[in-house]
Amino acid sequence: MATVKDFRNKVKPNWCPGCGDFSIQAAIQRAAANVGLEPHDLALITGIGCSGRISGYINAYGFHGVHGRVLPLAQGVKMANRDLTVIASGGDGDGFAIGMGHTIHSIRRNINMTYIIMDNQIYGLTKGQTSPRSEAGFKTKSTPDGSIEASLNAMETALTAGATFVAQSFSSDLKELTSLIEQGINHDGFSIINVFSPCVTFNKVNTYDWFKENLTKLETVEDYDYTDRKKAMQTLMEHNGLVTGLIYQDDSKPSYQDQIPGYKSTPLSESELKLEKETFERLANEFM
Amino acid sequence: MIDQLSWKVGGQQGEGIESTGEIFSTALNRLGYYLYGYRHFSSRIKGGHTNNKIRVSTKPINAVSDDLDILVAFDQETIDVNYHELRSGGVVIADAKFNPSIPEDGKATLYEVPFTETAKELGTPLMKNMVAVGASSAILGIPADYYQEVVEEIFSKKGQSVVDKNMQALQTGAEQFREQAGDNVDAFLLEEADGKKRMFMIGNDAIGLGAVTAGSRFMAAYPITPASEIMEYLIKTFPDFGGTVIQTEDEIAAANMAIGSNYAGVRALTASAGPGLSLMTEAIGLSGMTETPLVIVDTQRGGPSTGLPTKQEQSDMMAMLYGTHGEIPKIVIAPSTVQEAFYDTITAFNMAEEYQCPVILMSDLALSLGKQTVEPLNFDNVQIRRGKLDQAPDLPVQAPEEYFNRYEYEAEGDGISTRLLPGTENGIYHVTGVEHDETGKPSEKPENRQQQMDKRLKKTQTVPYRFDEPVYRDEPYEKADLLVVGINSTRGTIQEAVSRLREEGHAIHHAHIRLLHPFPVEELEQALERTEKVVVVENNATAQLANIIRLNTGVNAENILKYDGNPFLPGEIYRECKELL
Ligand SMILES: Cc1ncc(C[n+]2csc(CCOP(=O)(O)OP(=O)(O)O)c2C)c(N)n1
Ligand code: SF4
Ligand SMILES: [Mg+2]
Repeated sequence: MATVKDFRNKVKPNWCPGCGDFSIQAAIQRAAANVGLEPHDLALITGIGCSGRISGYINAYGFHGVHGRVLPLAQGVKMANRDLTVIASGGDGDGFAIGMGHTIHSIRRNINMTYIIMDNQIYGLTKGQTSPRSEAGFKTKSTPDGSIEASLNAMETALTAGATFVAQSFSSDLKELTSLIEQGINHDGFSIINVFSPCVTFNKVNTYDWFKENLTKLETVEDYDYTDRKKAMQTLMEHNGLVTGLIYQDDSKPSYQDQIPGYKSTPLSESELKLEKETFERLANEFM
Repeated sequence: MIDQLSWKVGGQQGEGIESTGEIFSTALNRLGYYLYGYRHFSSRIKGGHTNNKIRVSTKPINAVSDDLDILVAFDQETIDVNYHELRSGGVVIADAKFNPSIPEDGKATLYEVPFTETAKELGTPLMKNMVAVGASSAILGIPADYYQEVVEEIFSKKGQSVVDKNMQALQTGAEQFREQAGDNVDAFLLEEADGKKRMFMIGNDAIGLGAVTAGSRFMAAYPITPASEIMEYLIKTFPDFGGTVIQTEDEIAAANMAIGSNYAGVRALTASAGPGLSLMTEAIGLSGMTETPLVIVDTQRGGPSTGLPTKQEQSDMMAMLYGTHGEIPKIVIAPSTVQEAFYDTITAFNMAEEYQCPVILMSDLALSLGKQTVEPLNFDNVQIRRGKLDQAPDLPVQAPEEYFNRYEYEAEGDGISTRLLPGTENGIYHVTGVEHDETGKPSEKPENRQQQMDKRLKKTQTVPYRFDEPVYRDEPYEKADLLVVGINSTRGTIQEAVSRLREEGHAIHHAHIRLLHPFPVEELEQALERTEKVVVVENNATAQLANIIRLNTGVNAENILKYDGNPFLPGEIYRECKELL
């Protein structure tokens, strides 16, 4: 059985020292080992950003696509080979700006895969512009007088879109994060996990200390019930979205792939491509 | 007795014009006639003039005709819009309900048949199309009971009484026409056909069937005219083979999903028209850069922007060739008949895997939606070729830092490397749209950059030599006065114009470009050497194909351009060619 070591490929990440993304890398490696994956069973599909580079830093099949399109790419992989464990990941700009449409529709579609957003509330790779996750008033290179757009309530949006698994974590909390990724992988459907991952270089507001002060763990919220959608929504609103833990899970909904008429239970990639002659003739006859 | 004629039915969109044409032509197809149908429709769902023109012949035909023998009209507008097409001696069969009138030029004869009235009397005005089919068949001398089989197939689900009612409507229509016309109308009696069973399908059907036959099992697409039929066909067909179609949120998702699926080993496609192709351009670059197979069908329609969504044009060629930033290997294949659309779809999937690059199957509205009789498709020749894909590699145990050389560079090689699928034990490698080294890890080293660029770009060099008939060439003369070049759906139309010119004693050659990229330079040059003059026929305003030819061969051609939304008629090409002679 593979251990966490087997998921390390010895490539030195080009992230800034102290970047929150390092812990997300570690958490994915641990979670993959903990759920019993072999490196070749895992496909890590990523977007473009500092975050997206993670596909090259974990020993697994990695595909680093184009900006904002990680989810369609990852869903295509899963549709082709349902035996692969597919994790998609990318930045907050990737998933909530350019790729927002795909995020909502992937949630609705509910294909069995896990989506991890490495949320630093800023554009890291392009050197510090505002993101849909930046707070109103946030000053960046692109908003020198402070952002005048409202910040996106990501987890509320996910709930509204019909997500069957919604979680949020903080990159410093390796234990919670690892456990949530494991739960996400094991969830039969689309799991969205937003991870606060401080950008130490460009975001001087939402720092490690800031998060420590402002985040509330859901396990400390009295009577919190992650199967209660209304309660989940209410709690998110009360805490301005700054909670961590499993926010919501609905086990009862079948995943997309389990509902497709005729869809193979074995990987589609293992199909015999050539038709039988009789089969072809039957298809051709439909046009006569 | 005649061996061919042209028939057209017209009315308001949504009042059964399509089904009238369908039933009429399906029955004729079963009798062994060759058919070519072209629908003229507007982008409205209800209302707006629509018509379906069908050419019927005892011999193969590949184009619409210049004129019209029989016009079936459900409203006066149909007569007003289409009367000019009728040849002298033609016939208009119109619904008596709207008190039809035709110009008093003596060109055609009008027969009024109470389509709506009769249908109402038999139960429902919906059956007026059956009355019209009955009248149409009477004029051709085709007995109404030949429709029994077709009518049963369509209506049997609704019960025997519906079948009977529809047959009755058909018979009544035939009788009513005969009562009016008496024995006067025998000019349109059709010679008997050979009774052979042949397929009758639109280009999009052939592409769908080609995809299943090529082993494709997944499609991701967003609806658009005139591509949607491909998706609709595969939605109903893939489940039998374990596969499926996802209707995505947009074409960007569709193309990226298809890339993901191909990467993981499933032959996946997407299909769209110009607007969707525009959205896919970044993904096309990703496929090229990561050497991931991808098949995109572009059924061209009138552009730019939303343009003429339901009309014919061939104006995406430059977008297909150049519509992505940077430089990638790419293949663009252009079928020109429904048969070729089937075979070329299979080639597209094979080449996408063999060359590990995007392949665009270029079609146009007239090819995608024109319904033609198809000679039997040869299944025995179908090959599935997956190139250097290794699905069961024998690999040494891989340490976590040792990545597989997915993008191996060999100075003397063909540029194509062994491809493994995710899930392969000991085969881990990385894929990225960032410039990368042989293992797929990002690298900006200048030497590596040049090697990887060279490797990718040289891959498709052999395509023109391996593609079966990259240029269709019909060159019966030692040296021609004129070579007519076309692409996609104009094949049959040019053929017809060319044969008329030949009958008049002109030495005319015809070449049809079947592989647009990489351009079959040598093949076309051979054709160019054997002619005095060249003319390129294309449905766009800026002579895109002629420009591509000049770019590749240095030859300046004459142009015949049409961009009013309608396909060329044989006579138009004939006349314009004649002016060049
Ligand atoms: C189509 C496109 N537009 C713009 C860019 C430039 N770009 C690269 S990453 C990025 C945003 C990065 O922010 P985020 O997604 O939050 O990732 P982070 O770097 O913060 O991890 C942008 C705008 C691009 N690569 N592609
Ligand atoms: S710029 Fe910010 S997000 Fe990017 S690596 Fe540095 S710290 Fe991390
Ligand atoms: Mg970011």
